[in-house]
Amino acid sequence: MQLTSLGLVRGIIGYFVGLVIGMAVVVISRLALGMSAWDQEAGWVGGIIFAMIGFMWAVGSLTDWFKWTRGVETPFHHGPPVGKPAWTRYFSVDYNHKVIGIQYGVTGFLLLILGGSFALVFRAELADSGISFLQPGTYNTFLSMHAWVALASILLGVGGMANYLVPLMIGAEDMAFPRLNAFAYWINVPAIITLMISMLFGWDSGWTAYPPLSLRGPVGYQMVFWAIFGIGLSSILGSLNLIVTMLTMRPKGMTLFRMPIFCWAIFATSIIQLTATQLIGLAFLMLSFERSLGMPFFNPLYNALGENIGGQPLLFQHLFWFYSHPAVYVFVLPGLGVISELLPVFARKPLFGYRWIALSSLAIALVGFLVWGHHMFTSGYGEYLRVVFMISTLLVAVPTGVKFFSWLGTLWGGRLTFPTPMLFTLGAISVFLIGGLSGPILATAATDLFLHDSYFVVGHFHATIFGGFVFPFFAAIYYWYPKITGRMYNETLGKIHFWLMTPGFWVMSLAQMTAGTMGMRRRIADYDPALGVEPVHLLITIAGFVIAFSILLMIYNLFTSAEIGALAGNNPWRSRSPEWQIPSPVPEHSYARPITVVGEPYDYGLAGSTYVAMAGAGDD
Amino acid sequence: MAAITTGAHAVAVHHEAHDDYAVQLRRNRLGLWLFFISEAFLFGGLLATRFYLWGNTRPELDQAIGLIVTSVLLLSSVSMRLAETAMEKGNRQLFSIFILLTAFFGLVFLGGVVIFEWGLVPALYKGHLTPWGDKYGAVVFAMTGMHALHVVSGIVFIFIIWNLARKGHFSPQRHWGVESCAIYWHYVDVVWIFFYPALYLIGNAVHLSH
Repeated sequence: MQLTSLGLVRGIIGYFVGLVIGMAVVVISRLALGMSAWDQEAGWVGGIIFAMIGFMWAVGSLTDWFKWTRGVETPFHHGPPVGKPAWTRYFSVDYNHKVIGIQYGVTGFLLLILGGSFALVFRAELADSGISFLQPGTYNTFLSMHAWVALASILLGVGGMANYLVPLMIGAEDMAFPRLNAFAYWINVPAIITLMISMLFGWDSGWTAYPPLSLRGPVGYQMVFWAIFGIGLSSILGSLNLIVTMLTMRPKGMTLFRMPIFCWAIFATSIIQLTATQLIGLAFLMLSFERSLGMPFFNPLYNALGENIGGQPLLFQHLFWFYSHPAVYVFVLPGLGVISELLPVFARKPLFGYRWIALSSLAIALVGFLVWGHHMFTSGYGEYLRVVFMISTLLVAVPTGVKFFSWLGTLWGGRLTFPTPMLFTLGAISVFLIGGLSGPILATAATDLFLHDSYFVVGHFHATIFGGFVFPFFAAIYYWYPKITGRMYNETLGKIHFWLMTPGFWVMSLAQMTAGTMGMRRRIADYDPALGVEPVHLLITIAGFVIAFSILLMIYNLFTSAEIGALAGNNPWRSRSPEWQIPSPVPEHSYARPITVVGEPYDYGLAGSTYVAMAGAGDD
Repeated sequence: MAAITTGAHAVAVHHEAHDDYAVQLRRNRLGLWLFFISEAFLFGGLLATRFYLWGNTRPELDQAIGLIVTSVLLLSSVSMRLAETAMEKGNRQLFSIFILLTAFFGLVFLGGVVIFEWGLVPALYKGHLTPWGDKYGAVVFAMTGMHALHVVSGIVFIFIIWNLARKGHFSPQRHWGVESCAIYWHYVDVVWIFFYPALYLIGNAVHLSH
């Protein structure tokens, strides 16, 4: 088998060929316009745009669409590629949503490890005061890369869960637009390559990339802007696909309020991704153009009379947070959906308040559009805005509280069992509680003025993301692992993973908040030992390494169990959800016959209740 | 008997194919409108930028150019509608004429933007704004540039469906390609309906000293 028969290899070649062509186009245009040949800002922007297109073209993600423009029909090919080993389909363009889901999930997991490793590097630096091995510039690059790589990993992890599970859960053959689905996955890959190239040049503003700093820093910023633009495009197209899938491809009898609750979470998430993502794309485009063409959107420019005829730095913060706050709900809502999905299975009880949970996801998503200003309490915008954004932000606590009460109501009086997925679900609730309770302290303008830009914010954010994404993501991996591979993971290793990671995270999170209240600022390479935060920092670093070690156990578990794990059977968790009624691993065509929904999804323990009727082979 | 069975089977297959098309059409339409909702946030962000940076002021732009390009773009929507109607009635010749007329109007609009609004061909018209000069130039170029990018993609789209129709690809019942192109064109037109007053009409004209 030739290496170039793998789409990924061809794509990477296409990327670098495109990079060279793009740079050449810029150089030639500059010479034609009578300018100096090389300008690194314009050169890299042109190069990256061509590189991304080159990748998508070479990987084969545009092939069918080009054929359509010439009127050529493109029938589907199902199953692994002809004449190649089955594993190669995971490295090439494949239209099966289950393959794309795995592609998303594995890429997301790899990025999670990478992003986490960046954190370990600068955590080691912070373990004691004084500069030990990371110079401040490098420290900033690692810190900023940790943020965006981890955020990309979350977006891909969410995409993985949504792509794999949503069509299975609603009994659909595939997504509504399979080619768009493949495109939305693959555009992430050149974006990630671009993000990695930025490390060669460095950038130092943290993930927020506030101007004017991001307008003056090294050229690495350009790569970040365009990488995030690509990942954002993936979010938009992927969520569009998911919404259409859920609205038009449900089986007979599955009304919206009879969808598995995870689908509601993805629906709410998709609304945010579809719309708000445009604003960060626009904001980063404007930064890129301000850097390369000098268009003054954000940098003030004063004329002889002292009037500002240029831009406003605050405009960027508005555009940025209009996406980046709702984005936090993109990160956590799918995870909260996983919690709601798993609790009834392991409590053997109906989900408490199904409609309330479904609508609370939607409510969080919609209120999330009105709260962005709480990131700007100290930015110097109009003081009256503080009150408005404080009230709207505190409103988010209401639907979030609904979820917590529903989870408690589901657990109450249940016949609980505690395999690894259930442990991670409960761990997620405990960690999300820490994140949730520290939220209103920051949402209140009066207290935020003291805590802004401190390690308290770091603690709050990581508790929210671990509780809302990382723990539920791990729960989901353990829970659906038998459905994906057909084999069970190792329960003992899973439990060790949990009992290392959860206390490790509690310590890390609470220590971060403590450091913040002691006066530790975030995003700095060094600190004054007189603050007394040195032991706290050492504790955070140790906890961070414990978490990292526990995740290594998980990787070992997942790899070895795929070979030696016990056969799982169709439905090891006795779930009512449709995906558990078909063989594990899921066949190429998930459902041999269309399914029919005849009851409520979560009536666990109620005698004689059925959710899904699987048509037998005989009756058409 | 066999003939009847075959006939019934053929009818059933035909129905299935017809249903498949109808099902996919519904999904396509929903997908396209969701894309428009998404794009509305992009254009909304640009409008927000304009109002944040300019407030109740605007640059001195050539009102004649604004009026002419806007009229041409509105006319192009009319011809696009006529082209789509022609396809619905199966009149391919009329379709070709009107769809090419739409592309022509689109190109005139683009020429108006590039030559007159941007002043990129000083031999024809000397523009007085640069993207890097001040906030007025930056926002004018950003808004018209993002819109023009959509017009360009619309024109490419038009030539694709014109070519497909020439090869006999659409029918009065099945012409999603034509329909989507038409809706897209109207959408880009509607965006300009918001951009034109924001750039040309709202606020007091100021003349900045640099």
